[in-house]
Amino acid sequence: MSLTTRFERSAATSEPALIKALILCLSLSFFGVFLLLPLLSVFTEALHKGVIYYFNAITEPDTWSAMQLTLLAAAIAVPLNLIFGVAASWAITKFDFVGKHLLITLIDLPFSVSPVIAGLIFVLVFGAQGWFGSWFLDNDLQIIFAVPGIVLATIFVTFPFVARELIPLMEAQGREEEEAAAVLGANGWQTFWYVTLPNIKWGLLYGVILCNARAMGEFGAVSVVSGHIRGYTNTIPLQVEILYNEYNYVAAFAVASLLALLALLTLIAKSYVEWRLKKETNAPSAIEGTI
Amino acid sequence: MSITVKNIHKTFGHFTALNNVSLDFPSGELVALLGPSGCGKTTLLRIIAGLETPDSGSIILDDIDTSKTPIRERSVGFVFQHYALFKHMTVFDNVAFGLQVKPRSSRPSKDEISDKVHKLLSLVQLDWLHDRFPAQLSGGQRQRIALARALAVEPKVLLLDEPFGALDAKVRKELRRWLRKLHDELHITSIFVTHDQEEALEVADRIVLMNQGNIEQIGSPDEVYDHPATPFVYGFLGNVNLFHGRVDGEGIQIGNDKLSHQQSQSISQGASVIAFARPHELNIEIINELANDHARGISATIDRILSIGPNAKIELSASSLPGDKNSRQFYEVELPRAEVIRRRLAEGQLVRIVASKLRVFEQPQQAH
Repeated sequence: MSLTTRFERSAATSEPALIKALILCLSLSFFGVFLLLPLLSVFTEALHKGVIYYFNAITEPDTWSAMQLTLLAAAIAVPLNLIFGVAASWAITKFDFVGKHLLITLIDLPFSVSPVIAGLIFVLVFGAQGWFGSWFLDNDLQIIFAVPGIVLATIFVTFPFVARELIPLMEAQGREEEEAAAVLGANGWQTFWYVTLPNIKWGLLYGVILCNARAMGEFGAVSVVSGHIRGYTNTIPLQVEILYNEYNYVAAFAVASLLALLALLTLIAKSYVEWRLKKETNAPSAIEGTI
Repeated sequence: MSITVKNIHKTFGHFTALNNVSLDFPSGELVALLGPSGCGKTTLLRIIAGLETPDSGSIILDDIDTSKTPIRERSVGFVFQHYALFKHMTVFDNVAFGLQVKPRSSRPSKDEISDKVHKLLSLVQLDWLHDRFPAQLSGGQRQRIALARALAVEPKVLLLDEPFGALDAKVRKELRRWLRKLHDELHITSIFVTHDQEEALEVADRIVLMNQGNIEQIGSPDEVYDHPATPFVYGFLGNVNLFHGRVDGEGIQIGNDKLSHQQSQSISQGASVIAFARPHELNIEIINELANDHARGISATIDRILSIGPNAKIELSASSLPGDKNSRQFYEVELPRAEVIRRRLAEGQLVRIVASKLRVFEQPQQAH
């Protein structure tokens, strides 16, 4: 079937048993020590004073508001980046225009810039002493150390995920189907809705899942613009830090376990989407017949 | 619908794909655009469809300049080399697509669409596959579905871009015949692009030969095969032997040998020329040691005799400059197999090649 099993079956192409065992042990122990152990410790620490204490910790008002803020930031950032990502990858892969390479480079900017720098940029631009700070002050708008700043920072750091996922996929699919649709009389919207979108839907979902995970887990950029006002500008990761700094370990781990759960859910969703993506690209074989 | 291509010029960077091309496609004909890859034939087809914009010039469909008409209003059908079927739709939905996307006012009812799609699928003899997905079909089936899909919107022009290019030889031949039959039934103006001369000669009413962004010759398959207008067409269509030489009296001097021809009136004495002859237009004479007539034919050695079918293909080589082993010229002669046996031609034998028909072109000076 697949290449790996074909290689395995033949003695000529398979490795000696000792090497196989060694590689397997090495990777499993690395995985156990650096990934599984910390994850387990999060849950044991969170639950070691009992389930009731755990629920009290996560329903505490400040934590509750942190959860709401995280969900709000993700609910704004993810759809915006979804629209932007689809538009950018559509433009980049289906049209030729001046500045295309600049756009591709700029999309990667949030990946190459440290999140802390990203946060500082927003403080510099929108903060009280920043370029537009006085204008915002005059109009009674607060961006930095308030909810809008957190949303902005979240949008910035999660910006590339959807576009990065879609560009290679759409590049590989080419323009032919869109050209066929245009010749058949479809307008731009019909072409996108009936031809392009069905072809990219699993890739798009994959990008959205990654984007969402990052939006909820972002720490650095959000930390800079948040101001850490309890019950007002703290997201879940910031709340974890505060609780930890206050030596409230059990509560800190309890809140952290929410993020860990989110990560697990993301992994499951991601695996499912990956499986669907693979299924769709490996089409069933042709029917034998006349010509 | 007639198509007129007027002064179309198209460049990609420094590469000139189409060099001021003008052409007429009369209504109802099946025309082949034939040429080597990179000659601009696909670009021309895509410009007619509206998938590519020319740098200058215009496309006129039925006396209407379409330069400003969007693709979707040109009513052309386009068949892609790699089918471009919608992967996620069934065969039925693929064919119905062009009807489904029509504005509500001109869209046929559901039943009408269904009727029409099934009729088209019957036309391409694939109605039994209507609920399958493209990935489940063979290459030939996919291309026929692509054709049915293009025909669904009742285009006035059908454009096919190397329609059989991705198929294997046997399927290709079958589909070729089938396309010709379909065209005879529908009489829709059709243009297809191909680099396969056999395909063009067999299917098309007319052939447009293109090379490096220019049109070399336009004509019926007979005309272009029997009377190639330029050296390029001669070299591109069918097997051909090439001779380099100089005009000398009643013949062409090639190295130490001389080939006679009848066409020298128009070419000045001493001019450098290239001459073409098809393998069946050459003959072989056994050298008569006593006669010693240097004036007739090119002396060459028989390298190989391939006797397959009724005719034998004889491969020969000659050194155009005596004593120079590197400048060997290769020739191919076709003779009836019986003739080869009767005259006891054998590999390694030294013979003379003479031409019963020879087409001579004066060589441009810069070629030297």
